[in-house]
Amino acid sequence: MSARTEILDRLRSALHDAPAAPDIPRHYRHESGLPGDERIELLRDRLLDYKAGVCVVDEPDVPARVAELLGKGTTYVVPPGLEEAWTALAPGRITDSAEEPLSVAELDAADAVVTGCAAAVAETGTIILDGSPDQGRRAISLIPDHHICLVRAGDIAGVLPEALRGLDGTHPLTWISGPSATSDIELERVEGVHGPRTLDVVIIRV
Amino acid sequence: MSSTYLGMPGRPVFGDGNLHATEAFPTAARRELGNAQLRANLGHATHTIRDKRLRVVAELPDWEELRDAGSAIKESVMARLPELLEEFEANFTARGGKIHWARDAAEANKTVRDLIRDAGADEVVKVKSMATQEIGLNEYLEEQGIAAFETDLAELIVQLDHDKPSHILVPAIHKNRTQIRDIFLREMPDVDPGLTNNPARLAEAARVHLRRKFLSAKVAVSGANFAIAKSGTLAVVESEGNGRMCLTLPETLITVMGVEKLLPSWQDLEVFMQLLPRSSTGERMNPYTSLWTGVTEGDGPQNVHLVLLDNGRSAALADEMGRSALHCIRCSACMNVCPVYERTGGHAYGSTYPGPIGAILSPLLTGITSEENASLPYASSLCGACYDACPVKINIPEILVHLRAEDVDSRRGTRKTPGQMDVAMKAASWAMGAGRRMALAEKALPLGKLAAGPDRKIKKLPGIAAGWTQSRDIPAPPAQSFRDWWGKERGKSAPGENAPTITRQKEKE
Repeated sequence: MSARTEILDRLRSALHDAPAAPDIPRHYRHESGLPGDERIELLRDRLLDYKAGVCVVDEPDVPARVAELLGKGTTYVVPPGLEEAWTALAPGRITDSAEEPLSVAELDAADAVVTGCAAAVAETGTIILDGSPDQGRRAISLIPDHHICLVRAGDIAGVLPEALRGLDGTHPLTWISGPSATSDIELERVEGVHGPRTLDVVIIRV
Repeated sequence: MSSTYLGMPGRPVFGDGNLHATEAFPTAARRELGNAQLRANLGHATHTIRDKRLRVVAELPDWEELRDAGSAIKESVMARLPELLEEFEANFTARGGKIHWARDAAEANKTVRDLIRDAGADEVVKVKSMATQEIGLNEYLEEQGIAAFETDLAELIVQLDHDKPSHILVPAIHKNRTQIRDIFLREMPDVDPGLTNNPARLAEAARVHLRRKFLSAKVAVSGANFAIAKSGTLAVVESEGNGRMCLTLPETLITVMGVEKLLPSWQDLEVFMQLLPRSSTGERMNPYTSLWTGVTEGDGPQNVHLVLLDNGRSAALADEMGRSALHCIRCSACMNVCPVYERTGGHAYGSTYPGPIGAILSPLLTGITSEENASLPYASSLCGACYDACPVKINIPEILVHLRAEDVDSRRGTRKTPGQMDVAMKAASWAMGAGRRMALAEKALPLGKLAAGPDRKIKKLPGIAAGWTQSRDIPAPPAQSFRDWWGKERGKSAPGENAPTITRQKEKE
């Protein structure tokens, strides 16, 4: 008998008492009810708590702020669908795509990465990347040491269920809440282990 | 559906691997209690994490509603496990993933080895995983000439020190910063000899140590926190980015997961991703969560495998009282609030799963008649703190009592004559059955005082009661019983004030 058949048989036998599957009570919050500016403020507060950098800017100011965060002489990676205007003031742009992927060594040599995001959750300080063209392959937001993430204010949800409703779970998803961190030594939080050690979130007011 | 299954109910098949303790809990606990450094490290760690958890849990107005939903979702998963597994398999496979089934630890290990060899590799990077810990994968791969590198900082510390993890979430919780620095200096080639015990410096040393491994690894091995049946999606929850490195950079990804980790639908993830981080690390959200559904062309591993592991889970599922232990999402909140765990540490439990959840899960997976694990259900004061802390409301104290009864029953069958415990219990039952007999028994109290000696402590009880005094002293009994005191103070002067229970008892006689 194959392992599959045997395990499924064992599990069916184990349920000899035919337990009923209960109804799921979903009385938890599905919406936060927070107005837009309060969602921005909450996300900012949570990200700062994780030791991420945060700024809130109007759309026309994005290129200047991105250039400022990148600094001079920086090489940075962008996914193929990132709006070109947003990085227009920063030289050193390298594009990565699934069709023409950069090698791991090339990613490792880049100083930074700039991406968009699919959604953000204010209450938990989370940004969610889903591999769309403005976010790119999972590796690009992982290997360079500095991640600049552009978040449109309209994509900020108050609580997690609001954000997940709009996402397709079959896309490769990366949820990011602050920069890489560990608490493995005496539970003292240290930012920056294997992922990017610096996370800057630029929230774009609309 | 399970209700229409007409096959013969089989005998439960129990799990093996690193689930079995090599010695009974009382013996191991007694030794660990003597380690003052361990208790200091543990006390600090469990209290820190406990306080953090309480703070972030208090922030959510709907915490109890989330627990209710989480508990019901898991109950529903267990009731429908076979069909959900088939649904998951169909969806994961449709998106380019490959599923392998493993009846036990040995079969899972062999499957992983074959997949690594097929990929032409002789080393792998590993994301921290309880399932691979449970089956002893690292040790097995080493025997087979394959090097497995743990990449989670705590797992790395434990691996470099040739030690065993002592906590589900923070495996090196029993070590402090100075001990960790000493391990790094001793075991890490090319480490800066001037390394200090500053946690940031230690984390940096781990980063440098593993960086090249990550960027060049061909095969990674992981566990999974959740699997969504409806879409065929797997999820790994982590902090350091070592998970993301392993899950996205290598060509081949092999995941080992217990069959119980399923969630029916995408919506269920919103419940568990609120419950898990706050319960485990006391954070609003863990730094990184990765989700993948089979293979994504041009992004991440192109050979994606999942080994579905039974290893005693079907046997645990067969226990109607105990099956809710399979609801566990491995958050470790129960450990951090447990007074027994706090004093003995995780090693005393022997099995891969320590603490209150381990005390029920390990014997359920291996069977209560498994020699040393039979002592685990007694490794508890039944204070109930674990039940309060559990995000999916596993009633651990109730299952502990159930397993104690199973243990007693299983041993009863093997004895012909009544044991000391049976005789003692019979005697106690007779004595406590009537106030008059109890009063008579209490006349012996001064004897106990005498036995205690001048320091007013009894260090050794006779017979089977000796087990109780093995690792603690019993205070000397008082000179007179409460009953005597009541009689002297109130009994004669105010007969009408006799406690009604005593009166009733007398009427019965």
